[in-house]
Amino acid sequence: METYRQTKGRIFDIQKFSIHDGDGIRTIVFLKGCVLRCRWCCNPESQEYAIQTMKVLGEPKIIGQDVTVDEVMKTVEQDRPYYYRSGGGLTLSGGESLCQPEFTRDLLRAAKENGINTAMESMACAKYEVIESILPYLDHYLLDIKHMNPEKHKEFTGRSNELMLENARKIACSGQARLSIRIPVIPTFNDGEEEIRAIARYAKELDEESRGAGRHKAGNSGTSHLGMGNSGTGHLGIEKIHLLPYHRLGQDKYDGLDREYLMKDIIPPSAGQMERLKKAAEQESGLVCQIGG
Amino acid sequence: MGLYQYEITDVKKTERIDRLVAHLFAKMPEIESARAKLITESYKETENEPMIMRRAKAFAHILRNIPIIIREDELVVGSSTIAPRGCQTYPEFSYEWLEAEFDTVATRSADPFYISEQAKREIKEADSYWKGKTTSELATSYMEPETLTAMEHNMFTPGNYFYNGVGHVTVQYEKVLAIGYEGIRAEAEKLLSECDFGDGDYARKSRFLQAVIISCNAVIDYANRYAVLAKQMAAECKDATRRAELLKISENCSKVPAKGADSFYEACQSFWFVQQLLQLESSGHSISPGRFDQYMYPYYEADRKKGILSREFAQELIDCIWVKLNDLNKCRDAASAEGFAGYSLFQNLIAGGQNGDGVDVTNDLSFMTIQASMHVQLPQPSFSVRVWNGTPHEFLIKAAELTRTGVGLPAYYNDEVIIPALINRGLTLKDAREYNIIGCVEPQKAGKTEGWHDAAFFNMCRPMELVFSQGKDKGVQVGVVTKPVEEMKEFEEFYDAYKEQMNYMIKLLVNADNAIDVAHAQRCPLPFLSCMVDDCMGRGLTVQEGGAIYNFTGPQGFGVANMADALYAVKTLVFDEHKATLKEFKEALATNYGKGLTKEMVGEMTAQIASGLKEAGKEIGEKEIAAIMKTVIETSQMPSIKENGERLLKLIDQVPKFGNDIPEVDAFARDVAYTYTRPLQEYKNPRGGIYQAGLYPVSANVPLGAQTGATPDGRLAGTPVADGVSPSAGKDVNGPTAAANSVARLDHYIASNGTLFNQKFHPSALSGREGLEKFVALIRAYFDQKGSHMQFNVVSRETLLDAQKNPEKYKHLVVRVAGYSALFTTLSRSLQDDIINRTEQGFGV
Repeated sequence: METYRQTKGRIFDIQKFSIHDGDGIRTIVFLKGCVLRCRWCCNPESQEYAIQTMKVLGEPKIIGQDVTVDEVMKTVEQDRPYYYRSGGGLTLSGGESLCQPEFTRDLLRAAKENGINTAMESMACAKYEVIESILPYLDHYLLDIKHMNPEKHKEFTGRSNELMLENARKIACSGQARLSIRIPVIPTFNDGEEEIRAIARYAKELDEESRGAGRHKAGNSGTSHLGMGNSGTGHLGIEKIHLLPYHRLGQDKYDGLDREYLMKDIIPPSAGQMERLKKAAEQESGLVCQIGG
Repeated sequence: MGLYQYEITDVKKTERIDRLVAHLFAKMPEIESARAKLITESYKETENEPMIMRRAKAFAHILRNIPIIIREDELVVGSSTIAPRGCQTYPEFSYEWLEAEFDTVATRSADPFYISEQAKREIKEADSYWKGKTTSELATSYMEPETLTAMEHNMFTPGNYFYNGVGHVTVQYEKVLAIGYEGIRAEAEKLLSECDFGDGDYARKSRFLQAVIISCNAVIDYANRYAVLAKQMAAECKDATRRAELLKISENCSKVPAKGADSFYEACQSFWFVQQLLQLESSGHSISPGRFDQYMYPYYEADRKKGILSREFAQELIDCIWVKLNDLNKCRDAASAEGFAGYSLFQNLIAGGQNGDGVDVTNDLSFMTIQASMHVQLPQPSFSVRVWNGTPHEFLIKAAELTRTGVGLPAYYNDEVIIPALINRGLTLKDAREYNIIGCVEPQKAGKTEGWHDAAFFNMCRPMELVFSQGKDKGVQVGVVTKPVEEMKEFEEFYDAYKEQMNYMIKLLVNADNAIDVAHAQRCPLPFLSCMVDDCMGRGLTVQEGGAIYNFTGPQGFGVANMADALYAVKTLVFDEHKATLKEFKEALATNYGKGLTKEMVGEMTAQIASGLKEAGKEIGEKEIAAIMKTVIETSQMPSIKENGERLLKLIDQVPKFGNDIPEVDAFARDVAYTYTRPLQEYKNPRGGIYQAGLYPVSANVPLGAQTGATPDGRLAGTPVADGVSPSAGKDVNGPTAAANSVARLDHYIASNGTLFNQKFHPSALSGREGLEKFVALIRAYFDQKGSHMQFNVVSRETLLDAQKNPEKYKHLVVRVAGYSALFTTLSRSLQDDIINRTEQGFGV
């Protein structure tokens, strides 16, 4: 077996038939450990890298498992007929996958080498070199942008947003993977129209810069890389903006972890409000926007 | 020949359809007495004639005298009862159950029927003639005592055909549309003229052909009664539009089904009389229209080319037929009503698929039939679609849109499995390619087959119970005497004992079915049905006597998942890991894992113990029985019993289960299914055909589960048995793809009488075009792996609200929202509300 298939990592769940996290029918591998501590996080058990015990329906359950790339791929392979029929594949989520850079890279590589489409949900909260090492194996980057205001970002997630926003720019300009921006719409945090508009404006900026960078690179080399897959600069611009309405389905998990859920009284945004925000984002960015993943 | 063109513009539902539906469902369905009176009158007059002539004359007497009605707004006419959704009775098959239930039939929970005091009196009076003359009484006399005992102990249930007509057939609608009953009558007359007095089969054949002629004439006269009635109504009608409609109806009925149809409208009317009258000749359900989009297409196409038919009117006519299919009804006995809950007649109608040459023939009507089901939102027809690699994508998307409405339709069928499976049973390639579905899931070739699908429910859990009791049930030796489980040293011994009990029960099941089969041939041959199935007229035999080209008997097994999990748990815990003993299992099963015994269970166990003591030579009187009963109750409540039960349930819970894409467990399930499907196919039926297994339960897994004790898979006594080939409820924890992969690992080819795989979805899974695309991909991928059938329940907002109110009914309801899979009833109220809101909004986060 190739050595990269033996790389170990820590995951806390694998979920099949995921249909809202990238194209087609996908298998999501949830990696354990995160750099942020978002108050609304619906997977609080993802945050700590350490293996934990969480009560599920009253029974203690061990959360977190160390596995090799090869072991994960055995499970991912099981749904190949569904990827084939739907254009789906593997999605990495977390936590923040970039906290386990080797495992993430090797898992994506194993999928690509076996002809399985790859996607990753991530905040891009890592050194850019880490991201760069992963991009050759990634088809679709589902990039979270939560807020443009650094202070507010820090207040609600525990970290400021500069690094992530800068990485977003670099990823967009690399043209190495399709890029979609995902905005969790969280009441009391970012559900104001102006806040969403600010993110949409940034997405537009990225889109334009990315396309400009593409022209520049293409001009330099004298060839167009469009349609060349993710080894070159084939994926320019922002594909879509997703507005993900807040939900509190992770609430029970906080109890299970003996943690207090700070968003208890927050009511999910209404369909009407989501529509308004979608319109605003569209107007501001000129990009395709959708509610949901 | 070549690909049909099709158009996918949706036509809107007309207000007429809403009015027809509202009228149909305004009242509780009603039992009427006309048929019972008429058939009895006729039978009394034909006492000494050949049965086939008596049947034809009775049919004619009914059709000439039964009250008829044209309902308001109808464009296609023909009703078997005056009351909407009413039903007639069929005392020639059985009648005692109805009289016994006269006073409860209107108030029972499953499928209640109103019955007037006058109807009760008239039916009772008619019934007095039938004592000793029914098919069910004759069938009983043909059954061996062991068989009757096994049935008494609910090992299997052939109740469907035991108490009713057989039905379960698709006739040559296309033939009636083309040449009418005058044409069929002419064929019979020609064959009759070719019969020679000296022929060996003259007596039988000549009478059968005469019976066909009588039947054809009766149907023509029946249609003419409608022509006259429509004309009368037109004369009295003040509304000009309706008057014109009635005159058109009159014109139609005076022409079809006597003659061939010359327009799509006439074809619709002609089709309807066939569909309706088959169900007045006999009480058999699952009279399946089959490939309606194919045999109706030539009439549609011709009218469209001539420019005399708009798509709007064509759609309205189809919608009218869809409503009419819900006008027919059948009253079953209380127990059967639970097994077939929902007033369902299982009139299966299928769209799409290939023709005999293997060319895809999806056409305009295929799309319009889907649209009709979306318009009427009613359970009939049981709507199905055929899927193969050449099925147009848009057709499946349209079908998925219907699924999304939450009506539970269509069912999806895989040509790539069903065609070879039928060829394996002796159909020609051409016939196999033209298959349609009967009833729930049973494939066959229309107009050539007497499939006896749905011949019995066979509960695969019951023989497992017998393994632990050495073949005894409630103290009676029902199965074979196998080795005491305590003495078994290897798993193979245990598995062999199960197979031995299975084989014996299968043989008794065959004995029961064949007895009933013969009884139908002798007491209820059906000349009208038989004139539309090849090669009855050529052979001079009704379908009941073996006149069809293909003959099968298809009893359906269920509980594959329970038995796979049970046997795998026993193998793992007792023989591989030595964590439990069979003695412990036996004790836990007898005491329902320490979870408490119902009164019935205490009674059963007491009977079991008493019989053991009797055999050992002990005197057992009332006093002893009372003492045993007390001991049983006390024992079942002992802490050690509860502990043992708890411990075993925990151990069982940790053993891998079928439905989670675990190859080893799935391979085991495949083998367990063979314990039913393989022995069964060795048997023959009296019509010269073979047995073939189905693996589906209709809805009998619930009531029959109620009669089943605890099983080694951790299933508690009285709880439902697994549905079809689906995993046990709540045991598939890895989502729909994993469950589908497991189910696809069963051998669907050998279960050629059909398999049933049910999946449940939250509507967000189908939201938007993207949701439909992914849903279609799921079906395609399951079918790539050679699954045979798939159907879906989309959980509606109403269901979720009901689950909030009655959580105990929805213990296994899984919702998948926002990437979450959760047992709905375990969520807090506010989260449940969120999910319900999302259901409304169609958010797909």
